[in-house]
Amino acid sequence: MSILLNKNTNILVQGITGSEGLFHAEQMIEYSSKVVCGVTPGKGGQKATSKQLPVFNSIHDAKKEFQIDATVIFVPPRFAAKAIMEAIQENIELIVCISEGIPIRDMISVKEALNASNSRLIGPNCPGVITPEEAKVGIMPGFVFKKGNVGIVSKSGTLTYEAADQVVKSGFGISTAIGIGGDPIVGTSTLDAIKLFMKDEETKGIVMIGEIGGNYEAEAAKWILKNGNKKPVVGFIAGQTAPPGKRMGHAGAIIGGKDDTASAKMKIMENCGLHVVQSPAKIGNKLKEVL
Amino acid sequence: MKIHEYQAKEILKKFNVPIQEGYAIDSSKDIDNTIKKVQADFHTESVIVKAQIHAGGRGKGGGVKYCPTFEDAQNAANTILGMNLITHQTGPEGKMVNKILITEALDIEKEYYFAITFDRSKNSDVFIVSSEGGVDIEEVAENNPEKIIKAWIDDSTNSLDNAVKEIITSLSLEKFQNVEQMFKNLYKCYLESDCSLLEVNPLVSTTDQEIIALDAKVDIDSNALFRHPEIATYHDKSEEDPLELKATEYGLNYIKLDGNVGCMVNGAGLAMATMDIVKYCGGEPANFLDVGGAANVETIKNGFKIILSDKNVKSILINIFGGIVRCDRVANGVIEAVKELELDVVVVVRLQGTNAKLAKKILDESDIKLISAETIDEAAKKAVEMIK
Repeated sequence: MSILLNKNTNILVQGITGSEGLFHAEQMIEYSSKVVCGVTPGKGGQKATSKQLPVFNSIHDAKKEFQIDATVIFVPPRFAAKAIMEAIQENIELIVCISEGIPIRDMISVKEALNASNSRLIGPNCPGVITPEEAKVGIMPGFVFKKGNVGIVSKSGTLTYEAADQVVKSGFGISTAIGIGGDPIVGTSTLDAIKLFMKDEETKGIVMIGEIGGNYEAEAAKWILKNGNKKPVVGFIAGQTAPPGKRMGHAGAIIGGKDDTASAKMKIMENCGLHVVQSPAKIGNKLKEVL
Repeated sequence: MKIHEYQAKEILKKFNVPIQEGYAIDSSKDIDNTIKKVQADFHTESVIVKAQIHAGGRGKGGGVKYCPTFEDAQNAANTILGMNLITHQTGPEGKMVNKILITEALDIEKEYYFAITFDRSKNSDVFIVSSEGGVDIEEVAENNPEKIIKAWIDDSTNSLDNAVKEIITSLSLEKFQNVEQMFKNLYKCYLESDCSLLEVNPLVSTTDQEIIALDAKVDIDSNALFRHPEIATYHDKSEEDPLELKATEYGLNYIKLDGNVGCMVNGAGLAMATMDIVKYCGGEPANFLDVGGAANVETIKNGFKIILSDKNVKSILINIFGGIVRCDRVANGVIEAVKELELDVVVVVRLQGTNAKLAKKILDESDIKLISAETIDEAAKKAVEMIK
């Protein structure tokens, strides 16, 4: 078992004819993910990737020929919200949006549509989801991730790879890793991911990586405590040295008030019984101690 | 994107929000004419001269002056235009005032605080108001939190109507005409201009029983500027840190800090974590620098140039997690950049990911002075210890 996806998940790529979409479609195929087709409006009828996958004008058209379980979006930010909306309307179960730079106002509308649907959105501005040695829907380097029992949820891309690398080097493996994205509004929160991992039998421990800004980590930590700390959670918050009021790369990574700081979040996490590390180099060691 | 008060007021005016009127100038030769024009156009003898910089606390710093006469206004304008204004938000180095706004003076009865922003924890827009206007709102929040009223605008029906009624009641503004419409216009302005923050501090009631925006601070969602070409022209490059601006031109994300260990990293989260570990190892990071997912020779070279423009930097820590990008290529890029730029600071390189071992071998065998490291821990320790 794993969460969100496995080797049988049928994947569609929105924006498959663009350079990013095409490159990562190939990478996903190379990782043995079941990519079945792509969508680029106006390019229907073409073929894409080394596997000559069919390209459709819309998800609606694609669905006439394929069962679609998941879609991954590589379209320019000004069109990305529309692409997510299309996937929601077509009832795609798992939507992963890689695009960075979507206006907040657009994401507010997306969030409303999501709340009224059965779809789950991961991202935007995220590396995606990977169930090691089965499938990846996203842009992460697959070789870093080995199969195992640790779930990873993170707001960051490369920091997730760093964590995964430490997990593996400490002798563990990963059930599923989710990069939820660094934007102020994302489809799946830290808590949403934690809940999935707590329910998943294969996941025995969790690594939760956050950063300054927002309240996702505090919200997740409080729930974990209330839920009886059923599985050990190792936590880290990036941005202890970030100055207030400055946006640190990610649109959502900004200290707006005293609860947004790394130290405030780490304190809440500690108080809720999470195993917090002060240094990002200690994630693997901590996991060895508690698992 | 931050914009100036006079620009924010231009936007508010388009949405029929009553503002304190005036004209902005950037040249001292326009001072006399502009004062006269403000006096004539808005039927006022006294005027206010206001420094236009992207920072709050201008009044306390001497950047806002009430001028009862023409001569007072002349003096104030000549003093403020070109002055180095220091406020609690500019930092000790202050900010050069390149523009001033000369406005009408109003007879104020009472000052209020008003803002709209997006509340991440509730996933909805929120009105924030207070009867304590014209002062630092953070201080009010600290000392008199009960004086700050919030009203959320969620997606349910009548929610805006209800939220507007709530703030009118809490500020006791019922007696003012059209006040409900004005708050709705402010919200419309916030929505349709893709604001991430719209703050009016103070919003005032005048002795003529009018409600007017005396000041305005608007932040625009930079990702939405493609929808607002006119607002995009409001971008004032002189307000930005020159190094940060230069980095943006290179497509890099750089923020200057006060330490002496320069950091070059791919990915924002890892970049923050790298700064944190420098501190954890007893050093002080000199900057945040995200060179993006695909680190190549060009981005690394540009990264070096930016970091080394900061004369405090004594060592540079390069931490690249190569996923799709292969580490051996990054290693060759680093060597090429170091050679070409003839660096004379300590450079510690940690490359992890595809071909990491090969990359380390390339670095170790190169004839330039580089220190390689395997883990993020080891790299940070070396970068800190080498300059002690």
